[in-house]
Amino acid sequence: MISPNLIKDLSALLGAENVFTSEADRQCYSYDSAVLPPKVPALVLRPTQTEQIGEVVRLCYEAGLAITVRGAGSNLSGGTVPDTVDSAVILTNSLQKILEINTEDLYAVVQPGVVTAQFAAAVEAKGLFYPPDPGSMSVSTLAGNIAENAGGLRGLKYGVTKDYVMGLEFYDYEGNLVKTGSRTVKCVTGFNLAGLMVGSEGTMGVISKAILKLVPPPRASRAITAEFADVQDAADAVAAMIAAHVVPCTLELLDQATLKYVEADQKIGLPVEAAAMLLIEVDGHPGQVADEAAIVEEVLKKCNATGIHIPKDAEEKNKLWAARRNALPALARARPTCVLEDATVPRSKIPAMIKNLNEIAAKYKLDMGTFGHAGDGNLHPTILCDKRDKEEFSRVEAAVDEIFDVALKLGGTLSGEHGIGTAKAKWMEKETSKGTILFSQRMRRAIDPKGLFNACKITGM
Amino acid sequence: MSDISRLARTLMKLDDKLADCMRCGLCQAVCPVFGVTHNEADVTRGKLALLDNLAHKIIQDPDAVEEKLNRCLLCGSCQANCPSGVSIMEIFMEARQALVDYRGLNPIKKLVFRELLTHPQLFSAMMRTAAPFQGLVMRQKGAKTYDMPLLSKLVGSRHIAKLPAKSLHAKYGSLHTESQVGVKVLFFAGCMADKYYTQLGEACLKVLKHHGVGIVMPSDLTCCGIPALASGDRKGFVMETQKNLDVIGRELVGGGIDYVVTPCGSCTATLKEWWPYFIQEFSPDQQKTVKAVAERVMDINAFLVDVLHVDQMEPGERHAGKVTRVTFHDSCHLKKSVGVFEQPRKLIRMNPDYELVEMAEADRCCGCGGSFTLFHYDLSKEIGQRKRDNIVRSGAAAVATGCPACMLQLSDMLSQNKDEVQVKHPIEIYAETLPD
Repeated sequence: MISPNLIKDLSALLGAENVFTSEADRQCYSYDSAVLPPKVPALVLRPTQTEQIGEVVRLCYEAGLAITVRGAGSNLSGGTVPDTVDSAVILTNSLQKILEINTEDLYAVVQPGVVTAQFAAAVEAKGLFYPPDPGSMSVSTLAGNIAENAGGLRGLKYGVTKDYVMGLEFYDYEGNLVKTGSRTVKCVTGFNLAGLMVGSEGTMGVISKAILKLVPPPRASRAITAEFADVQDAADAVAAMIAAHVVPCTLELLDQATLKYVEADQKIGLPVEAAAMLLIEVDGHPGQVADEAAIVEEVLKKCNATGIHIPKDAEEKNKLWAARRNALPALARARPTCVLEDATVPRSKIPAMIKNLNEIAAKYKLDMGTFGHAGDGNLHPTILCDKRDKEEFSRVEAAVDEIFDVALKLGGTLSGEHGIGTAKAKWMEKETSKGTILFSQRMRRAIDPKGLFNACKITGM
Repeated sequence: MSDISRLARTLMKLDDKLADCMRCGLCQAVCPVFGVTHNEADVTRGKLALLDNLAHKIIQDPDAVEEKLNRCLLCGSCQANCPSGVSIMEIFMEARQALVDYRGLNPIKKLVFRELLTHPQLFSAMMRTAAPFQGLVMRQKGAKTYDMPLLSKLVGSRHIAKLPAKSLHAKYGSLHTESQVGVKVLFFAGCMADKYYTQLGEACLKVLKHHGVGIVMPSDLTCCGIPALASGDRKGFVMETQKNLDVIGRELVGGGIDYVVTPCGSCTATLKEWWPYFIQEFSPDQQKTVKAVAERVMDINAFLVDVLHVDQMEPGERHAGKVTRVTFHDSCHLKKSVGVFEQPRKLIRMNPDYELVEMAEADRCCGCGGSFTLFHYDLSKEIGQRKRDNIVRSGAAAVATGCPACMLQLSDMLSQNKDEVQVKHPIEIYAETLPD
C-alpha cells in the first residue's frame, strides 16, 4: 500500500532509524490512554529536527496518507489513535529542547515534545512558574497539552493550557510554516491562529514550536482539608469561598466511594464515613494567604464541615494530599478497566451531578467513584469494569451516555479537559448545534482539503 | 496445534494480569530504556500491548516480540510507579519463559545457566584457572580497571577490575561460627561477592564477626537463579535453586539460623520474591525451605540497621586525612523490590571519614540489568552515562551502592569517562570503621 519510494524519501529525510515499518513497532502506536479499539498505522515517523516536520507532512499528504500526530500518547479521548490503517503517525517526542526561558519578559520557547513536568521543573529552577498540571504531566508533551487544551488541578485560579499559549509555529498540509502570536503580552497581528490550534486535537496542522507564558510563583501557600456529611454542604462551601472572594489554587473533591477505594488500597486513615472530602489550598503573598486561610476555615465551619484539618508542615500536607494523588491509582487497581470521564458542570450543580452519578451507577449496577476539581465543576466520574466482559461493558457505555445527558441538562459540557477525540464525537451536536458542526467541517475542509488530519476526530469531516 | 498457537495459549494464562494495564503510559516517566530511545516498544506499555497481541494472535511474529521484550533491564521502576499496580515483573518473567520454550534457549546461556552455575566447584575452578592468566589479556585503563581488547567479542570494550586470586569460598571453605549475641545468619554471598568482589564478601564477614553474629556459609551454594530466570530459562533457574535449597535445607535442619543475609539487592529480591513465586517447581521438602528462606532473607544493610541497630552505636573514629564525599546509588532491586534505601545511608553515616551527599535521580537505574548489559551493551552504556553524569555532578569522590552488579556498571562507566571516583559497597565503608 505504501510505495517503496515514499519510504525511501522519508528514510533519506529522517534517517532509516526514524522510519518504523515493522508490524511490532507499528502496533505500539495503535492506542492511547482512551478505552477505545486500537488501529495500527501503516507507518510511524519520528522527526528529530523541527524543520523536518514540514517535509514529512508534505510527503505524507501528497501520498494521501492520513496523519495522526503523537506526543506521549497519554490522552484520554482517542486523539492519538489513528483513524485508519492507511495512516502515518508522526512522533514529536524526540523534539525535546527548551529553546529559551526568559526571566525578564516571562515567557519560554519550546519544541513540541518537551515533557510538561520537565518543563515545569526547568521553569521553577529559574524562579518562575508554569501552572498547567494535567494528571499525565510526568509524561505528557507540551504540544500534546496544547492540542488537547489540557487542564489540571490549578484550573480555577490559574487557568488551563490555553491561557499560557502566547504564540505558535506549525506546519500546514503543504509543509508551509505558519507563525502566529508573539513574545509580547499584546499582539493583534493577524488572526488568532494559536487560539484555533489550542484544542484542535491534531486536525489543523503539526505544531513545531510554542511560546508559553510564565508567571511569578506564589510566595506562600496553605493547605486545608475538610470532611462533610452531605455533598450539598461541600458544594455550598465551595460556592461560599468564591462568594467571599477567595479563589483557592487547589479545590479538589473526593466522594465517599472514592474515599472508600483509596482507604481500602492505601490504609491511610481516611474518613470513609464522610459523604465528601475537600482538599483546599490557597496561595499568594504570605499576608494574603493567612487572611484567605482564615476565611476558608470560617466558611467551612459555617457550611457544616464535620472535620477540618490544617497540616502543620509539608510532610503532613503530603500525607493528606496522598488521598487525592492516590484516587485514580486506587480506583484503577480495583478492576482491570477504568473508564475515566470528565463531564463538567457549573460548580453550583456539583451536588445535583453527584446525586445523578450515584443514581446512574446504581441503575446500571456499576462500580463508580467520583473525584475531581470542585472549584471548576470538572468532575471525574470513574467507572470500574472489565472491558473483556461484553455484557458489563455495554452497561458502561449506556451509563456514559446517560452521564453526558445529565451534564448537558445541568448546563455543563461533555469534556472539561480530556478532549472530544473519537470518544465523544457523536455527542458534539447535542451540546452545540448543527450549524456548529457544519461550520467546523467547512473550516476543516479549507485547511485540510483531502481530509487527512485526524479526520474522524471532534466533528468528523 | 501449531507452535504459535501453543505459545498464544501459554500467554493467554497471563490475560488477567495483562488486562490490568490501562495504557496510561506513565511508565514512560521512569523507564531507563525509553529514556534513551523514546521508542514505545521499549517502554512497558508497548511491551504489554505486544504481549497482549501475541496472546490474541493479532501479531504473528514472536521473534519481533521477543526482541522487544528483551530490551528491558527488569529494574522494576515501571512496576513501582504503575498506577494500576500491574504485576509487570511476573508478566515479563513468564513471557520470557514462554518465548524461550517456543524458540529454544541460546546455547551459551544454556551452558552457563545449567552447567556452570549449577556446579559451583566447576565455576570456581574455572575462575581459579583464569585468574593467573588475566594479565596476558588485560590492559590497564583506570586506577583499578582494565579492558580486554583480545576478548572484545565476549566483554565488549568494558573496563573491569582484575579477578581475585581466590574466591571467598575457596579461601574460607565451609564456614560455621557460633554467635556471641544470640543471632545467627546464613550468609548468601552471591556469585559476585564470592568470585569477583571478594573484598566485599570479606568486609561482610568482618562486620558480622565484629558484631558477634554467628555465621553459616556453606561452600556449595550456587547462583540465586536470577540470570537464568531473566533469560527465560526456567529449567536452569529451577536446577540452580534446587541445589541451593538442598544446601540451605541441610543447614536449617538443626535450627538456630535466624536470618539469611546477602550483600546483593538482586539476590535478596530473588530469594524473597522469585523462589516463592515458583514454589510449585520444588519438592515438598524444598518448598519448606523456600518458605523458611523467604521469611528470613534480608539485605545485609537492613540486617545491620533493623536487627542489630548498629546505627545507634558509637560511630567510627575519625582518621587523619581528608573527608571523602560519597554519594549513594539506589540499586533497583534493593529499593524498588525490597524497599531498602535508608539503611545503607545510615551505615555510610557511621563512618566520619565520609560525607554523604545525594546525587540527582539516585534511584534511577544504572543500566546494568545483569545479562542485559551483555546483550545490549550500547544501550546499557547510554543509560549508565546519565548515572555517571549525576554521580560526577554531585561532586562526590566515591559512590556507594548495595548491589555488586551496579558496582560493576558504575566502575565501567566512571572508568570509560576517566573519572577518578571510587566505587564501594556501603558495607565496605562501614567495615572501615571497625578494627581488623
